[in-house]
Amino acid sequence: MTTTAPSRRLTIARAMSEALAQEMARDPGVLVLGEDIGKLGGVFGTTQGLLDQFGADRVRDTPISETAFIGAAVGLAASGMRPVAELMFVDFFGVCMDAIYNLAAKQSYFSGGKVRCPMVIMTSVGGGYGDAGQHSQCLYATFAHLPGLKVVIPSNARDAKGLMLAAIRDDNPVVFMFHKALQGMGWLGTVQRSITDVPEGDYTTPIGEAAVVRAGTDVTLVGLGLTVHLALDAAASLAKQGVSAEVIDLRTISPLDRATIRASAAKTGRLVVVDDDYLSFGVAAEVIASICEHGGATLKCPPMRIAHPDIPVPFTPVMEHFVLPNAEKIVAAVQAMFEPAA
Amino acid sequence: MKGSTAMTTLEAGVASTATNRSQRLWMYATMVKSRHFEALVKVAYLEGKQPMFNMAKGPIPGEMHLSDGQEPCAVGVCAHLGPRDAVTATHRPHHIAIAKGVDLNAMAAEIFGKQAGLSGGRGGHMHLFDPAVNFACSGIIAQGLGPAVGSALAATLRGSSDIAVAFMGEGAANQGAFHEALNLAAVWRAPVVFVIEDNAYGISVAKRDCTAVESNATRAAGYGMPGVHVAANDPDAVFAAAGEAVSRARAGRGPSLIEIETTRLEGHFMGDAEGYRPPGEVDALKALDPIPAYRARLLSEGFEAEALDRAAQAAVAEVEAAFAFARSAAYPAPEEAFEHVFAGDR
Repeated sequence: MTTTAPSRRLTIARAMSEALAQEMARDPGVLVLGEDIGKLGGVFGTTQGLLDQFGADRVRDTPISETAFIGAAVGLAASGMRPVAELMFVDFFGVCMDAIYNLAAKQSYFSGGKVRCPMVIMTSVGGGYGDAGQHSQCLYATFAHLPGLKVVIPSNARDAKGLMLAAIRDDNPVVFMFHKALQGMGWLGTVQRSITDVPEGDYTTPIGEAAVVRAGTDVTLVGLGLTVHLALDAAASLAKQGVSAEVIDLRTISPLDRATIRASAAKTGRLVVVDDDYLSFGVAAEVIASICEHGGATLKCPPMRIAHPDIPVPFTPVMEHFVLPNAEKIVAAVQAMFEPAA
Repeated sequence: MKGSTAMTTLEAGVASTATNRSQRLWMYATMVKSRHFEALVKVAYLEGKQPMFNMAKGPIPGEMHLSDGQEPCAVGVCAHLGPRDAVTATHRPHHIAIAKGVDLNAMAAEIFGKQAGLSGGRGGHMHLFDPAVNFACSGIIAQGLGPAVGSALAATLRGSSDIAVAFMGEGAANQGAFHEALNLAAVWRAPVVFVIEDNAYGISVAKRDCTAVESNATRAAGYGMPGVHVAANDPDAVFAAAGEAVSRARAGRGPSLIEIETTRLEGHFMGDAEGYRPPGEVDALKALDPIPAYRARLLSEGFEAEALDRAAQAAVAEVEAAFAFARSAAYPAPEEAFEHVFAGDR
């Protein structure tokens, strides 16, 4: 659903706040809870203006008690509300994982579909700014691995608003992961391409649909969140070398839009997946498995993964920038695919 | 810690809670050392981040949580500890690390991400580990409480009188881990001292808006241990309360909880605009800065200004040397990122 209402350029933070405000105005069952989401408006700007507009009943600063408030969100959802809980950093999930994977994710199944769990957990992900190993992880795959959870990761403000509205309206628990490098906070650098035109009106970005954000014919680059931008940067530089790269923004990893990936890979015959989560057992492997298990797409060369290696995120920039994916690594991987076999 | 007097006294079994002259001088100098350390961190942190503040830039990237104002908690407790006593600290760890005697050069180098840092640059300012003095800290709220119970139990099982101290902010008292760790420590009669540095804010959320009780010390009763509220941000008051708790732990009489009303004179992290604080609050707190207040008390009680100055200058010189060391130290090779993922790795 789109609208003809005017657009403005917004950051992901603003787009998320706007989606929350619009949905809270539309649906009295929506409420927001979490640490520093009231007066402060969210450490990552996700709830700006909500406290003033909707009051402390519906915009609740919680104690540092993730086990309690994520659990409370499950109870709110089971009781007919639509809570949006912010878990400030995804790294903090360990404190409250039980309520997420054993409770929220299984409410519907355990009740034979009688109990629904329409809740959103919004959480920041990603490093690259020297915040070390307990504040820089992505952990996409950790959540996508668990049946019953939907997982979305916007790469730009327009999708952020649409995905947030879709997430709140979904009758299932949705983990909404926003990347710090795209968030548009003044105190953190922001990839400018993530700041986009955002329609003022009501629209949703369907959960479970990837987007082809750049069309190409020679190689498929698959990314999510920040790595979409790395792939786009790589595609621009590959274009100068005469290589036409198609870039897919996954947008949702659970459920994964395997059809879009397969169609693109069938067309280009080459596949590179770029992920800033840990390499092993991750999103990149799952994307590649979607191709390998499917007889329809025959790749011209082995697919490649570019991801954070299987080490904790290091603090010192000389190490962190060495291990994070970047456009140069993508370009090098693609170039290697076009080199004649030795 | 440098205050070996405290440790010697305790090891001799004379666990006095009355501060003596050398302990008070050590507490004063250590607070000065910590504050100067933070002052130099501030300078280095802002390099490359002006005029546009960007957390990723400069020689020290990432979040930076300064301890200005909270020094009395660290020195008043650590004055009772020796290197074998375990301390777990928080995301705001510098003052505690310094009071515990963490290697100052290696700590500064770690914060700069250098090869000579405590972890070779892998951990950064929230993840300072110095096993030589049994110090560790972490970035997750209340994460150190369980490990402190374990360290304390290990000391008991070894038959030593070593103890463990878990520092936390007041926000941590609302975590499940707090309640579980206190109960477990009490059940095991583990020699642990839980220390709450109550600076009144968890980032932007005031304690009164998110805590069911006025004083977290009262929560100790629910776990059958003494809970002591220290209303003054004062090294002598903290020293007295900690002395009792430490003696109790060393004597095998179980855990205690100490809650100290302290002050956070800086933002939650550097760059925090602190719009959630009432106007004038920080200035009012700065007027109560515990370091000049302690100096004034020591002078009024007969300490010579020259002795205090000498101790302060030595502390400042040590910090200056540590930062000179850290700044000139080499960065690790990028490939070193792959070392130490598992024990025994290179």
